[in-house]
Amino acid sequence: MRTILRATAAGAVLAFAAFGANAQTVKLAFIDPLSGLMAPVGQNQLNSWRYIADLANQKNWAGGPKFEIVPFDNKLSPQESLNALKQVIDQGIRYVLQGNGSSVALALADAIAKHNERNPGKEILYLNYAAVDPDLTNSKCDYWHFRLDANSDMKMEALTTFLAKDKNVKNVYLFNQNYSFGQAVAKAAKEYLARKRPDIKIVGEDLHPLAQVKDFAPYVSKIKAAGTDTVITGNWGSDLALLIKAAKDAGLTANFYTYYGATTGVPTAMGAAGEERVKYVGYWNVNNEKFVGADVAMGFNKKYKDDYYTMATYTGIAMLAKAFKETKSTDPVKVAAALEGMKVQSLNGEVEMRKSDHQAQQPLYIAKWVKLNGKDVKYDQENTGYGWKTEVVLDTYVAAQPTSCQMKRPK
Amino acid sequence: MAAGVLRYQPLNLARWIIWGGTAVLMAALPLVFTQGFAITVISQMGVAIIFTLSYNMLLGQSGMLSFGHAVYSGLGAYIAVHTLNLAAKGQFWMPVSLLPLVGGLAGAFFGVLFGYVTTKRAGTTFAMITLGIGELVGSCSLMFPDFFGGEGGITTNRVFGQPFLGITFGPAIQVYYLIALWCIASMALMYAWSHTPLGRMANAVRDNPERAEFVGYDTQKVRWLTLIISAFFAGIAGALTAINFEIVTAENVSAVRSGGVLLAAFIGGVGFFFGPIIGACVFVYFVVALSVHTKAWLLYLGLFFMLMVMFAPGGIASLIMMQVQLIARKRFGRIARHYLAAGASGLMVLAALILTVEMTYKISVDSATGTLMKLFGMEFDAAAGTAWAVAIGLWIVGGWLFNLACLRVARVWGEIQTEFVEGRA
Amino acid sequence: MEFFLISLLNGVSYGLLLFMLSSGLTLIFSMMGVLNFAHASFYMIGAYLAYTLGLKLGFFPALFLAPILTGLFGALIERFGLRKVHRYGHVAELLFTFGLAYLIEESVKVIWGLASMPYRIPAVLDGPLFTLYTTSFPKFRGFMMLVALAMLFSVYLLLMRTRIGLVIQAALTHPQTVEALGHNVPRVFMLVFGGGTALAGLAGVIGGAAFITEPSMAASVGPIVFVVAVVGGMGSLAGAFLASLLIGIVQTFAIALDWSLAGMLAAVGIGVTESTPLYSLWKLQLSQVAPVLPYLLLVLMLIFRPKGLLGTRAD
Repeated sequence: MRTILRATAAGAVLAFAAFGANAQTVKLAFIDPLSGLMAPVGQNQLNSWRYIADLANQKNWAGGPKFEIVPFDNKLSPQESLNALKQVIDQGIRYVLQGNGSSVALALADAIAKHNERNPGKEILYLNYAAVDPDLTNSKCDYWHFRLDANSDMKMEALTTFLAKDKNVKNVYLFNQNYSFGQAVAKAAKEYLARKRPDIKIVGEDLHPLAQVKDFAPYVSKIKAAGTDTVITGNWGSDLALLIKAAKDAGLTANFYTYYGATTGVPTAMGAAGEERVKYVGYWNVNNEKFVGADVAMGFNKKYKDDYYTMATYTGIAMLAKAFKETKSTDPVKVAAALEGMKVQSLNGEVEMRKSDHQAQQPLYIAKWVKLNGKDVKYDQENTGYGWKTEVVLDTYVAAQPTSCQMKRPK
Repeated sequence: MAAGVLRYQPLNLARWIIWGGTAVLMAALPLVFTQGFAITVISQMGVAIIFTLSYNMLLGQSGMLSFGHAVYSGLGAYIAVHTLNLAAKGQFWMPVSLLPLVGGLAGAFFGVLFGYVTTKRAGTTFAMITLGIGELVGSCSLMFPDFFGGEGGITTNRVFGQPFLGITFGPAIQVYYLIALWCIASMALMYAWSHTPLGRMANAVRDNPERAEFVGYDTQKVRWLTLIISAFFAGIAGALTAINFEIVTAENVSAVRSGGVLLAAFIGGVGFFFGPIIGACVFVYFVVALSVHTKAWLLYLGLFFMLMVMFAPGGIASLIMMQVQLIARKRFGRIARHYLAAGASGLMVLAALILTVEMTYKISVDSATGTLMKLFGMEFDAAAGTAWAVAIGLWIVGGWLFNLACLRVARVWGEIQTEFVEGRA
Repeated sequence: MEFFLISLLNGVSYGLLLFMLSSGLTLIFSMMGVLNFAHASFYMIGAYLAYTLGLKLGFFPALFLAPILTGLFGALIERFGLRKVHRYGHVAELLFTFGLAYLIEESVKVIWGLASMPYRIPAVLDGPLFTLYTTSFPKFRGFMMLVALAMLFSVYLLLMRTRIGLVIQAALTHPQTVEALGHNVPRVFMLVFGGGTALAGLAGVIGGAAFITEPSMAASVGPIVFVVAVVGGMGSLAGAFLASLLIGIVQTFAIALDWSLAGMLAAVGIGVTESTPLYSLWKLQLSQVAPVLPYLLLVLMLIFRPKGLLGTRAD
């Protein structure tokens, strides 16, 4: 009798869930800095998610469910992110979006794994759209974590492949912030360059404290004294902008290969100082061959007076929508299973969420900071009159990396 | 300030009631606040209470203004988390419930080390050395990834081994009770400390170092010992943070933490033992809960702090004690209605302030999605003239009324004080 | 040689900027005994004001107006805030400025937004001043040095050769006597605080253009300004000048040197490998720790010579 009752109750719940799925709104918790040093970047990315969510809702990508982004300010602090996660759990939100800072990503991935293990039936799915520490999809990989961005090793692979073809590159200088990400960039650069172009000399390597240096002129004269023609740097924020400004002031003519040249604030700060010498490696550039996604970028610009560059938001929503449609459910357990190995057409081409480590595989772009010319560089960034010119699009396989991940899947 | 008059000396019975009441309150809180987030908040308040009280051993009781107290709690947290990880691997036996002791000892160890250097001087010089050491340790935390775990910090899992009496420390509620136990114990110990000869000497060194030295005490040694004990309790707080979050990152030793504990202690009131307890709760509320509602939470916190410094340098605790004095002498009723008036007009000023800040914020930071906003349950356009007119009106009317009410309060207050003096004479 | 000369120039010019930043702090401290925690916030205000004014008026009028406005703001803060706290003692004043720093940073965010401002060097001052061998020395750095020296000179003249300067100096050592002689000491305090913050504002006009104008700019220079004022000796302008140059040059040259303890040990025949205990400490290069050297200097200075290089009092 009791079992029957329970079964009926469960059936009723299921039926209700299925019924609700049609007009249901799926909340996605956005946990990133909205106050403090990194707030401009966080705000831009929040707007990017919102814009794409609106787009998906209008065009009904998910075949029923609507997306809603719920922001939580984590102040770029891992501990505050865990507080935010508690709120997310309280509010019954089952999807988490986060990107800024691998420290936060590692903390969140770990906490979500523990939560899912301790609270079956309340699983949370974590979409990481920008934290690039390779560990997250290797030694510390987790079933509930999906990375939409290319990790730092993949970007370095792409960057060095491109660099190796340039015969003018002879003396490379590695300039990074002294913390895990900067050190990883320096290590990968040395390893990959030695493999691809053993003749290239690493003429110098610097690790400077994160966000503490005000005057980069001494570093620049050191770089210059080493006879550098190419600088590889994982610096971001003011550490990157100030470096490029100082380089221009001292008349350093080297090229800068960066990871974060196109993030909010850097274009404004570097302005003309970076012309023709700053490049970035990333997964998309609005000034691509056919200007795919330019309509999105323009619409975004019109609505938020800001630039759309976090294209992973497009990939992320597209993947979720497809998973909702395929599984006819918004249950993270089913969605997670559907996301494994999923392929979607995003703005940069086909993106595959690799099953073995939950690392998105996608084409990578290398672009150069140049004046607008109306031909191949139509769109500028931060109203500077400068934009990114696509130098090369590298096919997915070029940057693909083996993984050491041993994924533990729930039974 | 009439600190001498307001000396808090309850009967022993009252003391037992207060401590017992606190314990019961802490035990009952999770029954009222059952949500996961609320448990997190009260857990953090418990940790913050220990940390802020330990800070006040320096600032309030020994007159040492430190800008680097997070060094001790942070390093304590790191040592604790490494210990926990080793224990989880089975390298030695160490129950989670005793881990705060490890953190405390680690904190005390660094207290011995850094304290030897910092406590050589008092006053502003002490403040500056702690600032320097705080910056040094903060920078080191990113330079030595082996120990500090770099950007990602050190993660851990507090659930290991066989559950003892069904306690695994997996659920947040069990961690809360662990924190509550340690919190009560630390509070009692720190209160007891303030009545030991060393605690009394610390007060003497704060008030008149020359005289303390003449009496034959080595002021530097008193400061050093106080700092070591303070660092011990800071370390306990650090270890509890590690257990609570299961991660320790560089922010635990950062200058932001050090500044935060200073704010908390001062807002609560450094002149009374229970001041920092209030301060810790208010501060955690500001940081964790208020930031959910507004992006300008730091602005409100800064403003609140400034107002406290300017108008109530004794902190919330001193404000409470002033009322206790009135209630005890049955004069509170006379001033209460003026308080009510001041409170009501103060609310108007507060509303004006919130309206102004939030509307400016909306326009300058968040205007991309339009200037429509929601506040106090009403929806309106931040760019519209009417909203601003309301704000300005509130400022003028509220400000005028508030000023009036405050003058009244001050006058009545003065009258009552005069009566006391005359009554005594 | 080229590297040495350029590094020296870089060090000196950076040192001079530090001096511009810390001279106001030193002035305020020497006069009022207040360690102004919010000093760097006035630097930020100067930069933001200069940017906003510069949009309408151009860089050079802003160069004069922004510091004056910053100074006025500082004077108002003193008059209606700090003076109220004065009676509670120096710790309360320190706490007041500590809170003020929070408040200014947040207010700047509320007014100007969170992003960095496109505040740039004016075209006249953009470009190389001269080229030393192959490295160019930018005009703006030269201008920065010029302004700093002009400031040093005029502050010196003001303090040594004018009546108000003499009063300030007298009030430094004998405030009661000065008050007894009929000088309005609170007003002198207000003037000094306004003047000191105006100097920070001037540094902001220059520093904001040379580096980045953003809400975190105050927090990023705040501690280092303290270091300069403390190392130089609290209240000594000459000491601050010396300390600024010292820190500027030491930091610049430390960056250039890739020495590490491991290297030194290797030189005397002790091999250090990754398996050596504390390897991460041994392999740390001098250039890596360069930016934290000032704090080390601060701690050492306070332990061994708490009155600073040229200071007169120890507490």
